[in-house]
Amino acid sequence: MKAQDKEKKGGMDRREFLGRLGAGVAVSTLALSGCAPKTGKDSALQGEIPLGKMTLRTNPNTGDKVSILGYGCMRWPTIETGENAGELDQEKINRLVDYAIEHGVNYFDTSPAYCKGQSERATGIALSRHPRDKYFIATKLSNFAPSTWSREASTEMYRNSFKYLQTDHIDYMLLHAIGMGDDGMEEFEKRYIDNGMLDFLVKERQAGRIRNLGFSYHGDIKVFNRALAEHDKYKWDFVQIQLNYLDWRHAKEINPRNTDAEYLYDELQKRGIPAVIMEPLLGGRLSKVHDHVAARLKQREPERSVASWAFRFAGTFPGVLTVLSGMTYMEHLQDNLRSFTPLQPLTDEEMRFLFDTADLMMQYPTVPCNDCKYCMPCPYGIDIPGILLHYNKCVNEGNLPESKQAENYRKARRAFLIGYDRSVPRLRQADHCIGCRRCVHHCPQNINIPGELRRIDRFAEYLKQGLDLAPALKKCGR
Amino acid sequence: MLRKIRITLAAVSFVLITLLFLDFTGTLHVWFGWLAKIQFLPAVLALNAGVVAALVLATLLFGRIYCSVVCPLGVFQDIVSWTSGRRKKHRFRFSYSPAKNWLRYTVLALFIVALTAGIGSFAALLAPYSSYGRIVQNLFAPLWQWGNNFLAWLSERIGSYAFYRIDVWIKSLPVFIVAALTFVVLVFLAWKNGRTYCNTICPVGTILGTLSRFALFQPVIDKQKCNACGLCSRKCKAACIDGKNHRIDYSRCVSCMDCIETCAHGAIRYRSRFATQASAPGKTSGNVPESGAAESRQDRNVDTTRRGFLAGAGLLLGTAFLKAQEKTVDGGLATILDKEIPDRKTPIVPPGAKSLDHLSQHCTGCQLCVTVCPNGVLRPSSEPGTLMQPRSSYERGHCRPECVKCAEVCPAGAIMKITPAEKSSIQIGHAVWVKQNCLPVSEGVRCGNCARHCPAGAITMVPSDPDDKFSVRIPAINEERCIGCGACEHLCPSRPFSAIYVEGHEVHKTI
Repeated sequence: MKAQDKEKKGGMDRREFLGRLGAGVAVSTLALSGCAPKTGKDSALQGEIPLGKMTLRTNPNTGDKVSILGYGCMRWPTIETGENAGELDQEKINRLVDYAIEHGVNYFDTSPAYCKGQSERATGIALSRHPRDKYFIATKLSNFAPSTWSREASTEMYRNSFKYLQTDHIDYMLLHAIGMGDDGMEEFEKRYIDNGMLDFLVKERQAGRIRNLGFSYHGDIKVFNRALAEHDKYKWDFVQIQLNYLDWRHAKEINPRNTDAEYLYDELQKRGIPAVIMEPLLGGRLSKVHDHVAARLKQREPERSVASWAFRFAGTFPGVLTVLSGMTYMEHLQDNLRSFTPLQPLTDEEMRFLFDTADLMMQYPTVPCNDCKYCMPCPYGIDIPGILLHYNKCVNEGNLPESKQAENYRKARRAFLIGYDRSVPRLRQADHCIGCRRCVHHCPQNINIPGELRRIDRFAEYLKQGLDLAPALKKCGR
Repeated sequence: MLRKIRITLAAVSFVLITLLFLDFTGTLHVWFGWLAKIQFLPAVLALNAGVVAALVLATLLFGRIYCSVVCPLGVFQDIVSWTSGRRKKHRFRFSYSPAKNWLRYTVLALFIVALTAGIGSFAALLAPYSSYGRIVQNLFAPLWQWGNNFLAWLSERIGSYAFYRIDVWIKSLPVFIVAALTFVVLVFLAWKNGRTYCNTICPVGTILGTLSRFALFQPVIDKQKCNACGLCSRKCKAACIDGKNHRIDYSRCVSCMDCIETCAHGAIRYRSRFATQASAPGKTSGNVPESGAAESRQDRNVDTTRRGFLAGAGLLLGTAFLKAQEKTVDGGLATILDKEIPDRKTPIVPPGAKSLDHLSQHCTGCQLCVTVCPNGVLRPSSEPGTLMQPRSSYERGHCRPECVKCAEVCPAGAIMKITPAEKSSIQIGHAVWVKQNCLPVSEGVRCGNCARHCPAGAITMVPSDPDDKFSVRIPAINEERCIGCGACEHLCPSRPFSAIYVEGHEVHKTI
C-alpha cells in the first residue's frame, strides 16, 4: 500500500524505495528494542489486567472464597437516548458482569430498591448466564416504605428477590440500612422485629435458602450496638459498614449523627464478624477530589488512579471480606480490578499519608453526598443529588468564590451559574425546594438536605444579584 | 463615491441594529443602544426633542438619508431589492410612477390619530423600525438562539462556560403571525418594486418626504447634459425620477445616489438646489389615481381567538397537583407540570413603564425589551388593543431584583430607565393567595417557599389556625410591601396554577 502510494506520487523509483524501507525497518527495530524495558512490564498498572490474580478472602463461617472486589449493583448503566432512555442497559450490564467474573469478581450486591427497583431483575439476567457456583448473590430486605412493613408485604419482597435473581438460595441476605429514619430504633423494630421478619429470616437460614445473614448499617449507632449485643441470638454471619479513609476518623466531624468507621470495624473484629465494605469511594467523592488533593495522591503514585488509594485502604484491613464498588462504566471496573489483582496492602507509612490527606480534604466544604439516590424521587421534582454534586464540583474546582473581591470572582460566578443550569434544569433547582423534609430520613449520610439546598440556593441567589457572598457561605446546621 | 459611503454606513447600522435584536445578553446595548434611540418614531414617542430636531435638520439638509441609512427596514428592503435586481434582465426593472399621495396622507393621518388616541398597537403595525424589530425577534432570533444553543452544547462538551443554553419559544402567536405577514408582504413589495412601502405606506417616510422636498442638497438633473434616455428612472427603486421630463419627486427620493452612478452622461449631480436656477424640483400634482388604495396591506387582521384563551385558562383552576407518592424504590425524577398563566384582571407591565397608559402611549412594539429579558418574563401582548406591547408573566421566571435590562434598552421611553435600587421599591402589582391551591392547606405539608424567596419581605408564614400556633403555616401577604415581582408565583410548588399569583396595577407607585 505504502509503496503504491509513493509510486503514484511519482519521483521515487522502486530500488530507492526498497532501500529506504530497509533502513526504516532497521531503525524501528532498534527503537523497539530500546523501548521495551520502559513500556513492556508496567502493564500491571496500565495495560492488560491479569487473569486469576484476584485477591480472595475466606468467610470464616462458610469457607466461601470471596473476591476482595465486590460488585455493587446500585449504579448500573442506563440507556442514554431514544424511547427507552433512562432504562437499564441490559447489554452493557451483561458485558460488565461477564468481564468482572472473567477477572475473578464473584460477589454481587443488589437490592429490591436499587435503580428504581430494576436492579435485581437486571442483575439476575446477567448472572443467570453463568454457572450458579461461580458467584455469590447478596441482596437485602429493603422494606423502607411503611406500606411494606407488614409481614405479608415484606415476605413478598423477599420472595420476589428469588424470582428476579433466578435462584433458589441467597448467599448473603441483609437487613437493609438499619439505623436509618427519623427514629432509627423505632423503624428497626417496625421493619424487622414487630412483624417477625428477622425471626423468619433466621429460619430461612436454617432451611438453607439463606446461606449468610447479616445487616447493613447507617445512621443511629444505638441500633448498631443493639444488633451486635444480640449477636449471640442472631449469629450475624457478616455486617456491611461504610468504611473509607475519610470516615475512619472524620465521620462524626462530617456529621455528628454518624459514627467513625474505626469504631464500627473494631466492634466487628471483637466478635469475629467479617465486614463487607460499602462506600469505599464515597460515591466518587474520593475520586473526584479537590485538585490539590488529586495532585498530592498522584505525586505519590503517578501511575495509580486517585480512586485506587481508597480501594487499597479498604482492602488492607484483614477482617474485610469484600469491598463493594458500584461500577457503571467499564473503565471503573478495569481500574478497580487493577487495584485488586492482586491487592497490595498499604504500609503503615502509606496509611498515615492517607490520614493526613483526609485531614486536608476536611478543609474543603463539600456536601457528603454519594449520589446513591436514596432521597429520590423528590415529590416536587427537585434533582437533589444533581444539585449537591454540582456544588461539590464547584468546590473541588475552586469555583466557589469566597467574596466579590476574590481574584477569580467573575470566572467562578460564570462557572457556578452556567454549570448549575447545565447540570440541573431550572425547574429542578434548589429554589423550588419547599422544605417538606420527606427526603431527610432517606439519606444514609444523614445530610440535612433541605438545609443544604437552601444554602446552595442562597449562594446562587447572591451570585445572581452580585451581593457580598460571606453570609451565603455560612454552613447550615445538620 | 456618495453611493459607496451610503452603502457602507447603511450596512454598518443595519448589522448593528439587527444584532441589537438578536443579542439576548444585552451586552451590545451598552455600546450601540443609541442606534435604537435615534430611530424616528421611538424618538418622537420618547419626546426626545434633540434627536427629532437632528433628524429633521438632517432631512432638510440632505434629503431622506434617514430612510437610506438609519432605518433598518429601509435597508432591509434595499437588500431584498438588490438581490432581486441581480437576476438577469432585472437590473433596470423600475419605472417612474406618480406619487400616491392620497394613500400616503390618509395612512399618515390614521397613524397620528391612532397615536394620539392611544391605540398604540395600530401605530406599531405601521411603524418601520418596530416592524423590523418584530421580524428579527420573531423570525430570525430563533435561528440565532438555536445557533447559540448548538455552541452551548459544544462548549459544554469541552468544559467551557463561554456559551449557555437558552429557551427558544414563541412568546405570542398573534405577534408571530403579524411579524411573518409583515415579512412576506415587505419582501414581496421590495422584490417587485423596491421602496413601495416607504413611499406609499410608511408614515415616517411620508413625514420625512414632506420635509425632503425642501432639502438643501438633492440629486439634480442637468437638462443640458440629459438626453432623456430614462436609464435613471429604470434604476430608481423609489420610482421617483421622471427622466423623460427631467423631473425628480423629492418627497419620495431617499437619497440613495444610485441614479448618479447610473447616468452615463454625468447629468445627475448631488448638489445644493440653490446653486443654479435651471432645474426647479418637480412637484407632483395633488391628483393621484385612487387605484393605489387597493394595494393597501391586508395583514392587519389579528387572530382574536387568542384573547379568549387567557380568560379560559383561569376557569381551569383545578387541583391538579403533584400528589406526593410513597417512595418505595430509589432514584428517578418526578414529572413536573408546566405552569399556566393565571387569569389576571389587570395585566402586569415591567417596572419603569409607570402605568398601562404610559406604556401604550409610548411603546412602538419593537420587541427590544422582549429580546433582552433574561428571565422569560416579558412577552408581547396578544390583546388587540395593546398588541405587541410588552407584558409580564411569571411561568418561566420572575422579574429578578438585579435586572433592569428592559428599562435600559427601551428606545421610546415606554419603559423609563431605572436602577435596581429604584426597582426594589416600585410596586407593579400585588400578590394574591389562592387558598385551594396552597399545599399546606391541601396536603398539609410545610412549605413557605413564597415567603422564603420574597425580596420585599412582604410575606409572613402564619399558623392556619389562629388558636393553634403549631398548625400548618400559610402565607400572609402584606400588599403594601409587595412589589409584584412574581418570585412567589414562579417558585410556588403548586402546578399548573400557583397558589399565589400577581395582579397587575394600572398605575405603578413607589413604596
